[in-house]
Amino acid sequence: MTATLSHNTPEQALIVSHIDLGLQRRYRSERRFRAYGIAALTFGILCLVLLFSSIISRGYTAFEQTRITLKVDFDPAIVAPDGNRSAEAIMGGDAFRFDDLFSATVQKSLEISPDDEDGLYDALDLFSKGSSPMLRQMLAQDPALIGTTKDVEFYATGDVDSFVKGSIRADIPESQRNIKDKHIVLITKLKDSGALHLAFNTGLFTFGASTRPEVAGVGVAAIGSLYMMLVVLSLSLPLGVAGSIYLEEFAPKNRWTDLIEVNINNLAAVPSIVYGMLGLAVFINFAHLPRSASLVGGLVLTLTTLPTVIISTRAALKAVPPSIRDAGLGIGASKMQTVFHHVLPLAVPGILTGTIIGLAHALGETAPLLMIGMKAFVVDYPATPLDPATSLPTQIYMWATEPERAFIERTSAAIMVLLAFLLAMNSCAVLLRRMFERRW
Amino acid sequence: MSSSPAPFQTIRTPDASPRPTKIHADGVKVIYGTKQALHGVSIDIGEKSVTAFIGPSGCGKSTFLRCINRMNDTIVGARVEGKITLDGEDIYNTDLDVVELRARVGMVFQKPNPFPKSIFDNVAYGPRIHGLAKSKADLEEIVVTSLQKASLYNEVKDRLQEPGTGLSGGQQQRLCIARAIAVSPEVILMDEPCSALDPIATAKVEELIDELRTNYTIVIVTHSMQQAARVSQRTAFFHLGHLVEEGPTDHIFTNPLEQRTQDYITGRFG
Ligand SMILES: Nc1ncnc2c1ncn2[C@@H]1O[C@H](COP(=O)(O)OP(=O)(O)OP(=O)(O)O)[C@@H](O)[C@H]1O
Ligand SMILES: [Mg+2]
Repeated sequence: MTATLSHNTPEQALIVSHIDLGLQRRYRSERRFRAYGIAALTFGILCLVLLFSSIISRGYTAFEQTRITLKVDFDPAIVAPDGNRSAEAIMGGDAFRFDDLFSATVQKSLEISPDDEDGLYDALDLFSKGSSPMLRQMLAQDPALIGTTKDVEFYATGDVDSFVKGSIRADIPESQRNIKDKHIVLITKLKDSGALHLAFNTGLFTFGASTRPEVAGVGVAAIGSLYMMLVVLSLSLPLGVAGSIYLEEFAPKNRWTDLIEVNINNLAAVPSIVYGMLGLAVFINFAHLPRSASLVGGLVLTLTTLPTVIISTRAALKAVPPSIRDAGLGIGASKMQTVFHHVLPLAVPGILTGTIIGLAHALGETAPLLMIGMKAFVVDYPATPLDPATSLPTQIYMWATEPERAFIERTSAAIMVLLAFLLAMNSCAVLLRRMFERRW
Repeated sequence: MSSSPAPFQTIRTPDASPRPTKIHADGVKVIYGTKQALHGVSIDIGEKSVTAFIGPSGCGKSTFLRCINRMNDTIVGARVEGKITLDGEDIYNTDLDVVELRARVGMVFQKPNPFPKSIFDNVAYGPRIHGLAKSKADLEEIVVTSLQKASLYNEVKDRLQEPGTGLSGGQQQRLCIARAIAVSPEVILMDEPCSALDPIATAKVEELIDELRTNYTIVIVTHSMQQAARVSQRTAFFHLGHLVEEGPTDHIFTNPLEQRTQDYITGRFG
């Protein structure tokens, strides 16, 4: 470029070189700015990679679980001594007979002599305490099993699981580990016979809270979270959108609406635990809604998300070009018709994105839920939003305080489940945005 | 506030055979917050004719135009004083429904602003909300005749379901005109309708305006002297919020009575 320029006079040359100097400086500052940008981005991505790799490396083992398959002989003499094989009879009566059934199974499978009581107890130590109730449940569901033999998969205890996965190591002094040398002998024996194996941990997704890590899962918590999200969605979307439409399109612009605007922005910045206190005072102490119910959790989370929804909806409405409103009004549409026929459809992608991001925030919110008691020990699935429930983040919080190794990996696994939900929701937001986006 | 010492006098030249008055404005003032944009504009606009508003940028042409269908109502802080009547009816009377007024007084904006909907729906929207069509066939007929009147039909008849925003600028503007015609207004206000168009599209729109004149009262704001001369019967020259001179178009362009009008149309300022 400069080569083709001819400098006729010294003054002209001077001017051109001046311009060149200025350009140099501008390019330099642009390069610098880009470098800053790339550095910031790299830092962010590194942190993300670090976070994910630490969580995944700690938690991926939780998706597998140690199971021990034993051949069970459903001896009618033990489980149905009175000959009554109905489901009611199995669920009723003495619970110890199923312990006996299980002990007999273990004794036989591991070839422990009937006199070696200590040996039997050591072997029973390897199995989840839920094993004999599990047998009882099985029989109640299918009483025809009585008198037959069948291979049944039992859960190993969390400690055995940790040992098998190598997170409890055999080379530390015996006194410092829960798995003793005698247990190791049994585990090796079971492993060699092929009875002990690793399988996909479906229980992680279906079980509820438990003090025994091998039967603890996030299923119940996920349902609680789902109920809460439904409550949040069905309240904050209509309320937030209606409120913003009124504020943005209909309300007169005066001191009052300014005040409201400032306060909505303030509310978005209020720490969520404060909303938890408010929820405790209003919904539980005053309105007497049940403690630890997902309805209350949903209401509290609605309070925390509403400002986000309002702010993003207003931004989406503001971004609709005024010429569209002029077009509607100019043809004689009423204000209401203009807003609902022309402005709102154009704002939908922005509104949906804002709402889903608000929901994603709410899904991860923990502090206000602790305030309203959503860290209860809930074993059963909540049937309605009024039943006691927990949520994914509070479940993570509770597991994080458990000392067992098996809970540590489960905590990370639960975090992964939560992150997967968040990722899915955010992708949803992007997808919806693409779908509804229109050019004008 | 500016203190105007002597009341401003608009120079008026009546038509040889005046048309019946459609719109009558009397001392219209518009104040945007603290800034006064119009200082008492009075004008009679004749029925079924084209009136052009000319004047330098910022002189208040659009402001006055928007008073006629009360689009200034939508601007926060805008205040309108004075009186405007449509067929003798005060349009700022609180009894008058602004929605009905806008159905009677259509508007075409400077920048084409079709709805992000299909071509058909763009035109059908007005008749739909006003309940002008009894049946689907009715509606289709309205759409087709409106598009024909806007001389757009032949170009779009095969793609009525495609988005109106996909048309060229000139086609979009004619679509907006068709949309305005579809509700059968009595008056059509056009604010620089050709400023975004090329000469060919402009010629088409001008031709269209000339045809529409037989059925509609048209008020057009334009920066093009030639355009004003070509399409309008009467011309009004605005300057600094005043209506300086108004009269028959050929008279204004050949024999302006006021020095400022002369200066403007000869391009000495603007
Ligand atoms: N919404 C508004 N708020 C405040 N002032 C405004 C507003 N609209 C117009 N004005 C002012 O009113 C005066 C007249 O504006 P108007 O838009 O009517 O001019 P115009 O003659 O149409 O100009 P142009 O030819 O550039 O379109 C200008 O000084 C402008 O700054
Ligand atoms: Mg203008």
